[in-house]
Amino acid sequence: MTTAKISIRDLYKSFGKKHVLNGVNLNIQQGESVVIIGGSGTGKSVLLKNILGLQEPDKGQILINGEDTTHISGSAREKANAKIGMLFQGAALFDSLPVWENVSFGLIQGQHISRTDAKSIAIETLGKVGLSKDVADLYPIELSGGMQKRVGLARAIAAKPDIIFFDEPTTGLDPIMADVINELIVKCVRDLGATALSITHDMASVRKIADRVVMLYQGKVIWSGSVKDIDRTDNAYVLQFVQGLSKGPIQLAV
Amino acid sequence: MQALLQPIGATMLGFCEATGRFAWFAAVSVMHCFRPPWFARNIRKQFIEMGFYSLPVVGLTAAFSGMVLALQSYSGFARFNAEGAIATVVALSVTRELGPVLAGLMVAGRIGAAIAAELGTMRVTEQIDALSTLSTNPYKYLIAPRIIAGTLCLPLLVFIADVIGIFGGFLIGVYQLDFNAAGYIKSTLDTLKFLDVFSGLVKAAVFGFIITLMGCYQGFHSRGGAQGVGAATTNAVVAASILILISNFLITAAFFGK
Ligand SMILES: Nc1ncnc2c1ncn2[C@@H]1O[C@H](COP(=O)(O)OP(=O)(O)OP(=O)(O)O)[C@@H](O)[C@H]1O
Ligand SMILES: [Mg+2]
Repeated sequence: MTTAKISIRDLYKSFGKKHVLNGVNLNIQQGESVVIIGGSGTGKSVLLKNILGLQEPDKGQILINGEDTTHISGSAREKANAKIGMLFQGAALFDSLPVWENVSFGLIQGQHISRTDAKSIAIETLGKVGLSKDVADLYPIELSGGMQKRVGLARAIAAKPDIIFFDEPTTGLDPIMADVINELIVKCVRDLGATALSITHDMASVRKIADRVVMLYQGKVIWSGSVKDIDRTDNAYVLQFVQGLSKGPIQLAV
Repeated sequence: MQALLQPIGATMLGFCEATGRFAWFAAVSVMHCFRPPWFARNIRKQFIEMGFYSLPVVGLTAAFSGMVLALQSYSGFARFNAEGAIATVVALSVTRELGPVLAGLMVAGRIGAAIAAELGTMRVTEQIDALSTLSTNPYKYLIAPRIIAGTLCLPLLVFIADVIGIFGGFLIGVYQLDFNAAGYIKSTLDTLKFLDVFSGLVKAAVFGFIITLMGCYQGFHSRGGAQGVGAATTNAVVAASILILISNFLITAAFFGK
């Protein structure tokens, strides 16, 4: 068996008395595009943050390329994260920097590319997410929510990482732009040979970008299968989610 | 009995935890100030923000304090015919105490609050998390430049404040209290020793460190949206001001106590 690109073993994470992750197990293979679905507040974003070392799990193990990265910090963490691109749910753009510096931040800081080169790479990457050159010199605060999201996406892929995390890449976008972004994600995975782990509530997006779908419920992976199976499964949780029904086994945590 | 002791213990534990966390934060931050790489662009930006843009506030404070000092000591000293000591009093008070302390407090309000608000907002909008995912250490990129700039800036600001404050006293002394200008300048220069100015500048460096460190700490650890950022800002200013006054006493005792 080949080693998985990302391997999550029995991961637990609580905030005080609130148990968010309750033993998550997940293996993601090189070049695979996995989509995590699950209700709001089930810990999808928390799972990504744990993999990135932004939060430390209480128990369990995370392996990237077969190396244990669960509790690393400092320069080891920087090295591990250098190969990972992340799109945050709220875009998390640096509002003190113009758009182009946001996009090429990892290139300037991590790979020490000159600022002129970085700017032209930034403009090129902005083009890929459907943003024109004029946007490059604006500040994030001057952009609409959907544009910020796309700048965040450009920032995540600018350094051509081999693992990319997308936290709700299409929320806040119009359906046409959402489809452009979905295609872009598919293209990134195909062209860069990247491994993608995405979170989305948008079933159109799931069908387009996922090789495999994983459902998170009450802090555990309760279902995992290929994208074709999401309509054929007899798992009542998945069906309820996919069809977007308010009646079913899933009780929304209020 | 146990019911009585439990809250006390919990408070003590909480206090120790907070102190430990702060000490750890301070140690890590200082370590990053001394280790490369340094983000020159960020340091420069903070220098301009903290030093240059604080000049008007600090200058005005110093000028009026020097003037008030001259007026007050004139009316006070006249009671025992010691008006001649005004130049001495102004020079010593401004360089040793008023310059550094007033500048420190003004800058704490201006810069400490701004740092806490900026870093706090970056924390709650996940910009600090984003930094780490872009292989950039937030301590190096955000905190070290601010602490370096603050610690180097304040002595410069205070030196300028000293000059302006003494000049303020001079203006009142010469134009309102009818002292002889040359005589005023001479007694000022005769009074001032290297240590008077130097101790003030040492204070300034310590205050600059305290202001930026508190601002960074509060901002970096803020949570809970706009309200959390507001609390962080208040805490940064209050804590920095109190620490400035306490450390001012300690440094004074170290230099001039016996
Ligand atoms: N830093 C934190 N401190 C305390 N609780 C947290 C923290 N981060 C997340 N949580 C809690 O963990 C739970 C899961 O949060 P998470 O952001 O992962 O949800 P999610 O699955 O991404 O939901 P959504 O689809 O709405 O984005 C939430 O109930 C949240 O309250
Ligand atoms: Mg989320």
